[in-house]
Amino acid sequence: MAKRIDVTGLTAYYGTHKAIDDISMHVEPKSVTAFIGPSGCGKSTFLRTLNRMHEVTPGGRVEGRVMLDNEDLYGPGVDPVQVRRTVGMVFQRPNPFPTMSIYENVIAGPRLNGSYKKSELDDIVERNLRGANLWNEVKDRLHKPGAGLSGGQQQRLCIARATAVEPEVLLMDEPCSALDPISTLAIEDLIAQLKSRFTIVIVTHNMQQAARVSERTAFFNLEAVGRPGKLIEIDDTDRIFSNPSEQATEDYISGRFG
Amino acid sequence: MSATTTDPAPAPAGGPGPEPARRSAVRPGDRIFSGLSKGAGITLLVIMAAIAVFLTIRAVVAIRANEGNFLTTFEWNANADPPVFGIAVLLFGTVVSSVIAMLLAVPVAVGIALFISHYAPRRIAGTVGYVVDLLAAVPSIIYGLWGALFLVPHITGLYEWLDDFLGWTGVFSYDGSPARSLMTVGILLAIMILPIITSVTREIFKQTPKANEEAALALGATRWEVVRMTVLPFGRSGIISASMLGLGRALGETMAVATVLSPAFLINISLLESGGGTFAQNIASQFKEAGAMGRDALIASGLVLFLLTLLVNGAARLIIARRKDFV
Repeated sequence: MAKRIDVTGLTAYYGTHKAIDDISMHVEPKSVTAFIGPSGCGKSTFLRTLNRMHEVTPGGRVEGRVMLDNEDLYGPGVDPVQVRRTVGMVFQRPNPFPTMSIYENVIAGPRLNGSYKKSELDDIVERNLRGANLWNEVKDRLHKPGAGLSGGQQQRLCIARATAVEPEVLLMDEPCSALDPISTLAIEDLIAQLKSRFTIVIVTHNMQQAARVSERTAFFNLEAVGRPGKLIEIDDTDRIFSNPSEQATEDYISGRFG
Repeated sequence: MSATTTDPAPAPAGGPGPEPARRSAVRPGDRIFSGLSKGAGITLLVIMAAIAVFLTIRAVVAIRANEGNFLTTFEWNANADPPVFGIAVLLFGTVVSSVIAMLLAVPVAVGIALFISHYAPRRIAGTVGYVVDLLAAVPSIIYGLWGALFLVPHITGLYEWLDDFLGWTGVFSYDGSPARSLMTVGILLAIMILPIITSVTREIFKQTPKANEEAALALGATRWEVVRMTVLPFGRSGIISASMLGLGRALGETMAVATVLSPAFLINISLLESGGGTFAQNIASQFKEAGAMGRDALIASGLVLFLLTLLVNGAARLIIARRKDFV
């Protein structure tokens, strides 16, 4: 489990609009990499190219190469459905399936792949809810709707749902931006635990969060509105926040724009 | 200014300035609108009650005079003296033709709705949606004529085939007579209720939260699995409501049924052979020649149709309410 990601010359389009231009980077296994940058700089788009969710958007198109260890995600004959089973995703707004109970939400992914015995399913539910630090809060109401939980609990349920398919990589698209500070702290603690099992990439608007949770940080920027987003630099988080190589990074993290 | 406008207390009589005086007054717009909407609600209840009272009073007269058993008699001689009539045949025919229509129409309608909302390219989806809506605009007498002049002579081949393979069940045995049967009526009704079910379910399916569909995709769901995990469960109550709308139309459809069916007061176990009748068709066919007692008898059968529709709607509401926790 947990694989290394190598991206080479990746460009993504929405129809004719080029959203991100020529991005190359690598992500170490069992580490947390944070993407920061202003709105519209393409960091979420780039994240979605890593599990082929970008092409779900009408007009979405990708050029370049994404290697997961030795496998090219955009290679000929690669099934995007299989890619998404290997590279899981947690979204900005908690989105548990409203028609399913907590229990059913967690097993939704595993059930797609095969049939399990009841005891195996119980096991998957307990293991992943424990892994998401949610078990103690919900163990007495597993068959109540997932939508009845608080926002922070829902987001941890979504993380449990994503980890239940045993992915290699976990992508998180601003997972705390809809949550209060206490729930945010709970998710950050969880990320610190999850990185022992998964390669984690997290997009965040919160620079303190990037500094707290990640080993490496990538800074994205765009020259102007309507221009494609670019990767300015990626480096150890300590360096990015203390002594970045690029002036643009320095300006952004210290709050001076333009 | 903020002090006066945020003060929740009612204005003291003769308060100074225009602001407090205005605050206490009920705005005329509010009053008019509340009156209008309340009036509309009450009018609806009054009309429903009036219909029920009218049907019940007239029905009681007829049922009192009835020499046969209202529920079990296979006969309709309401103009005779003494009158003999029963609704068994009509109840059977109405329920059977509507059930056939639902069994045929709901799966097809859900399929079309899914195609329009989740599978078809936008341009094709628009065209298909438009054609389906157009089906709803065809008057029922046109369906009746098409059924009688086209469907009846052309469907005998299908019925003979069914007879070959399933004739032994009795339900699908066929004697080669003109196909003016409950099955033909059911098929015609299915076509007639298809557009309403399709357009309601289509709108519901389109409202499936994008976030849930993406969540399913990100778990590695295929397109069909996304539909099964998010769209169908989300649209469940909508499918039921849409089906009930269609069922309501099928139960009450008059002209098309009267044009196609060759009525006979008997219950034929074979659905492919002619015979039987429905409430609405029977009322339409007999009303003109009916005397005073005959009319009351028809009204009594109308009351049963009314109750049947209420029952079906109530059952649908129960089904929807049972899983209310889950959207």
